[in-house]
Amino acid sequence: MRVLVTGLGTFWGSRLAQELEARRDVEVVVGVDTTEPMLPLERTEFVRTDSSHSILQRIVQATQVDTILHTHLVVDSTKLSGRAMHEINVIGTMNLLAAAGAADSPVRKIVVKSSTLVYGSNYQDPYFFREETPRTRGPQTGIERSLLESESFVRDFAEDNPHVLVTVLRFSNVLGDHMATPFAHALRLPAAPELLGFDPRLQFIHEDDVVNALMYTTTHDVAGIYNVAGDGLVTWSEVCRIMGRPRVPLPPVLANLAVEPLRAMRLVDLPPEMLALLRYGRGVDNSRFKRTGFRYKYTTAGTVDAFARSLRLQRAVGSGGPEYRYERDVETFFRHSPAVVRGRR
Amino acid sequence: MSDQWDQQAPTVHLRESDDLNVEAPPQSTELVPVPQPEGDDDSLLRRGDVDAWGRSERLREVARMIYDPMYRHWFRVEWEGLEHIPRAGGALLVANHAAAIPSDAPTIMHGIETELQRPVYGLAENLLRAIPMLGTIWSRVGGVPAHPDNAYRLLHDDQQLVLVFPEGTKGTGKLYRDRYKLNRFGRGGFVEIAMRAGVPVVPIAVVGAEESMPMVWKSPRLAKLLNVPYVPVTANMLLFGPAGLFLYLPAKFKLRVLPPVEFDVPPDQERYSRSRVMDEAEHIRERIQLALFDMLRARRSVWAG
Repeated sequence: MRVLVTGLGTFWGSRLAQELEARRDVEVVVGVDTTEPMLPLERTEFVRTDSSHSILQRIVQATQVDTILHTHLVVDSTKLSGRAMHEINVIGTMNLLAAAGAADSPVRKIVVKSSTLVYGSNYQDPYFFREETPRTRGPQTGIERSLLESESFVRDFAEDNPHVLVTVLRFSNVLGDHMATPFAHALRLPAAPELLGFDPRLQFIHEDDVVNALMYTTTHDVAGIYNVAGDGLVTWSEVCRIMGRPRVPLPPVLANLAVEPLRAMRLVDLPPEMLALLRYGRGVDNSRFKRTGFRYKYTTAGTVDAFARSLRLQRAVGSGGPEYRYERDVETFFRHSPAVVRGRR
Repeated sequence: MSDQWDQQAPTVHLRESDDLNVEAPPQSTELVPVPQPEGDDDSLLRRGDVDAWGRSERLREVARMIYDPMYRHWFRVEWEGLEHIPRAGGALLVANHAAAIPSDAPTIMHGIETELQRPVYGLAENLLRAIPMLGTIWSRVGGVPAHPDNAYRLLHDDQQLVLVFPEGTKGTGKLYRDRYKLNRFGRGGFVEIAMRAGVPVVPIAVVGAEESMPMVWKSPRLAKLLNVPYVPVTANMLLFGPAGLFLYLPAKFKLRVLPPVEFDVPPDQERYSRSRVMDEAEHIRERIQLALFDMLRARRSVWAG
């Protein structure tokens, strides 16, 4: 297997490259991103591209990869401007699929890491979205729009290229030791925000399960769209109880305006899609992915509990070792210098 | 609510996504079969008893405690035919709907839960969910938004009792002079869900709710302005002022459970014959209507029964 990973500069990209490196049947791992890998890697080849992956076609042709792991969909709108997000999610996916669908393309499998944000969050929603349940109203935020758009590109691609196995995984809200998601951020605060009078049902997935799910689809042939979320739903108040956090109520009307001063003070950023979740929550039916044989390590409550444990550890011993920094010379030396004896493991 | 019932979800999916009834493919040994630190049972980690439907048995218990005197001494509820409600397995309970602020839903749920020791999930207008506090409380005590997917999942996957009022707000929004005249039963969506879930429909006729909060006048213009189903003026408001919003008149409640209606169709079909669905819905409506007339003929007094 020869694999191309997009978003190597993100946690997910680097983390998956690590997993792929550990597998003997993966001959080549190529990673692309605008920024350097976040985690130390052994044999992954890093290529710096622009955010919209415009040179991907050349890379795909040159490396003859047969599998593409598209982890580079931005799902957290607090990190980037709307413009940059659009560039990565929509234009990036478009170029990636163009490269994968070129006339003599070697690509036979594409795995896309999407998000349950595509379902939105609204009072008319069913309590458990199935993969084919339509949204109850149009996209409300830029991030939802861009994810829907990139998913529709993927859908068209799957239709036009029946010889390519296409999998879309829609992950629910992620918590874990390393992830800085809006929910993780909110739960790190001394008191967690809530919308007065609302106590939504929420569903989480542990970061390890995200990696496992992506690896599972890379190593097994499961085409189609799948919801990936921990079993069970837990209300926000219970999440805060498991985390041992008191709650501070925000006004339920004009909540977005009320959050603005907190944003300005850089205390906490609750993007509109998270405010919607704090109001109505969201549940998805995760049974289709389980029917393919995947087993989750954590339930929703288990995920929250694991996150609480990891926070307690971090409070006690700090956030761990020194940050990894990618040095091009060093990495090139280890990968290509004749002085290095390879294949000893 | 009725409009929700008939929406057909357009199917959008990738190639091959549906034929996944394949049993678990061989699993890789390196990564995927992970040791389960918590296992599927995470009850030890839970810090609350709210289930996946937002219902809390503890709060439901509290609600029953508060409501019980009302049930016993105010409405003096009497049941007949309770044996028609299945003791196990899913069933869709269908009843006539009345009173500006419906008094029938809590009565039916309370009655069945105390008599049969089985939880009842009540489907209702999903607009409730958008109201702070009230929406949360409603959901904790067993309310679920009336979405066909929710009903199907409760009936089919969870094998629960689900209560629905097919008349929806047309039932509660009718004037006193139209009492006990059943409205259209939506578009029969409830029948389709029961067919798909493979469960029986249990019709229930309720007498008393109409007189507990009779609506004497309503303002369509105001309702349109506020974007709500109706803005009522009830006899209770005229008698008790603002307290009339919450205070029911002590009408005598009588409920009759009719024999379950089974549909002789295979479950989980994409679509069921429209005419068959409409026929069954109309048939159920008629049976409730006839039962109501029968019960009203026997009723000597609104207050004493």
